Order: sequence, then structure tokens, then C-alpha cells
Amino acid sequence: MKPLFWLNLLVMAGVTYLIRMVPLVVFKSKLDNERIQSFLYYIPFTVLGAMTFPEILFSTGNIWSAAVGLMVAAFLAYFEKGLVTVALSACGAVLLTECVLQYFFTA
Amino acid sequence: MNQEKKTADNRNHSLPENSFYVGLKDGVPIALGYLSVSFTFGIMAVGAGLPVWAAVLVSMLNLTSAGQFAGLPLLLSGSCIEMALTQLIINMRYALMSLSLSQKLHHSVNILDRLLVAFGNTDEIFAVASSKKGEVGKRYLYGLILTPYFGWAFGTLIGAAASSLLPPMIQSALGIAIYGMFLAVIIPPAKHSRPVLTVVIFSVVLSCMFRFVPGLKEVSSGFVIIICAVIAAGLGAVCFPVQTRKEKD
Repeated sequence: MKPLFWLNLLVMAGVTYLIRMVPLVVFKSKLDNERIQSFLYYIPFTVLGAMTFPEILFSTGNIWSAAVGLMVAAFLAYFEKGLVTVALSACGAVLLTECVLQYFFTA
Repeated sequence: MNQEKKTADNRNHSLPENSFYVGLKDGVPIALGYLSVSFTFGIMAVGAGLPVWAAVLVSMLNLTSAGQFAGLPLLLSGSCIEMALTQLIINMRYALMSLSLSQKLHHSVNILDRLLVAFGNTDEIFAVASSKKGEVGKRYLYGLILTPYFGWAFGTLIGAAASSLLPPMIQSALGIAIYGMFLAVIIPPAKHSRPVLTVVIFSVVLSCMFRFVPGLKEVSSGFVIIICAVIAAGLGAVCFPVQTRKEKD
């Protein structure tokens, strides 16, 4: 393996780890401020929301199968099904949609 | 029966979640989701010219999906400055997550544990740890990290080894798995809490604007997540402050 690979791998892993590690080690005590606490309470939801949309629509072979997968996942999540159920059902819905689409476009 | 359930719920509120076994159990769905994503990473890594062992090593040292996919083309030919900046921008959101997680840790989680737990603070592990009521302890977190970590490494291994064996249609279907998981984490609380719903919708609308509006489109996706999350959570903190830790007084 080229030395460049090892250097880049070291930088890649080092930067990623430091980003995760520093805040966790620096903020050892609870922050007392109500505003900051509220901000941090909402962070998981806003991070995951921004990561999911609109990216989910481009996560599969085409936007139509992704849209069907999204609807199935949203429906099951609304009825509070487990993580695996929601994730695998979305995959199944995507697969089914792509099979149907392929059937109609190649036949 | 009802009474029993109530007391169990109360217990969850007051004691930190600190069972290794419960952590392992909660980690299984994450590990399953990771298998598909890291499988894809394994395929792409081999396609980019990495040997199988190097692909697995990258996964075992980084444990981050977006960062690994973005760093892949740089590993063999990029400068290390470029690599550092790419990882910094794409992964900066982890700093927010670690900050948020630091407030959720039981006081018994010491520096050494924090150094280890930090390595495993991925989007999904963070999401599941956040969804726990009350504080979390180190044993729970170690359990929660262990299975996904090996799922991530193992998925990379089989993806790299079996690359191109899987039909493209299956690969395409697996692509939506992590987003399905994210929806399963955010939708139930949004259904029960108006503030959470408002804040999530705001963040989603912002994120879509960055994707589709000319000019805003130029901002890199790593920054977009940070900007949207900070603005939307800031709005939540100003408009709907939550009262927590009242029980402590």
C-alpha cells in the first residue's frame, strides 16, 4: 500500500474521532441554562430531519421507488413500529416498486 | 396489570439506563441497518481500488457512513489537507451530537469511558441513545455500540469480498434502510409533541431549500445539516423552551 494511503487514513480517522471526542470530554457537567438545554433537546430531531430530507428521495435507483419507500416508512413509523420493521419494509417497498416499474418499461 | 406498567414507566424516568444487555438488544436493529450501508461501502471501496483488508480497516477506524463515502476517492490520491477538510465539514454534525449526548450521560461515566464512547457516537447510535427516557450509563452505551461496530466492519468485509454479486435492484432497495430508521426515530415523538413536530418540519424545509434553491445549492451537504439543525433547534429553544431536571430541585 502507498504511504499516501496510510497518511490519509490516519488524517481521516483522526479528524473524525476528534470531532466526536472533544465535546464529550469538555462538557462533563450538565449545562444549567434552560435555553441551551432546550436547544440540545431538539438537536437529535433536527439533525435527523435534515439528514433524511430530501436525501431519502435520492437514496434508491429512482425517485418513484424512493417515494413509495418513504410513504411506507412514514406510515409504519407513525404507528410506532420498530426500527427494523420500518427500515426493512421500506426496502421491500422499494424493491417491489422497482420490479413493477421494470416490468412495465421492459415489456 | 396497568398499575404494574405504570411503576415500570416511573422507574425508567428516575434511574439511568445502564444494562449492557438492553444496550446489545437496542444495537441489533442498528447493526442490521449498517450491514446494508457498509456492504455498499465495501463494494465501492473495491471499485475505487482498495484491497478488501484496506476497506475493512477504513470502516473499523472511522465508523461513519457519509465521511467514508466522501473520503474514499481521496484515500489513494487526495492531499491530507483535502481529506482533513472533507471530514471536518461532513462530520462536524457529530460535535453537535456529542454535545447533546454529553448532557444525557449519567455522572458515573468517567473520562476514559467518554474517550471510548465518543468513537461510537454515530448518527444511529446517537439517535437510539437520545430516544431513551432519562440518562444513560456506560454499560448501556458499550452494549449499544458493540453490535453495530461489528455489523459495520462485517458488512464492509462481505461487500468488498462479494462486490458485484448482488443484483443492482437489491443494492438500490437497501439504500433507503438508514433513512427508514431515521423516520422511525423522529416520527413517533413528533406525533406526540407539537414543538418537536414544528422544529422537525422547519429543519426539513430548510434542508430542502438548500437542495433545490439556486445559490443555496452550492453549500456542501455537511454544512447544510449543521446549518439546518442549529437554526431549527435554536428556533425550538426560543419558541418552546422545555422544562427539564425540575425533579432535581
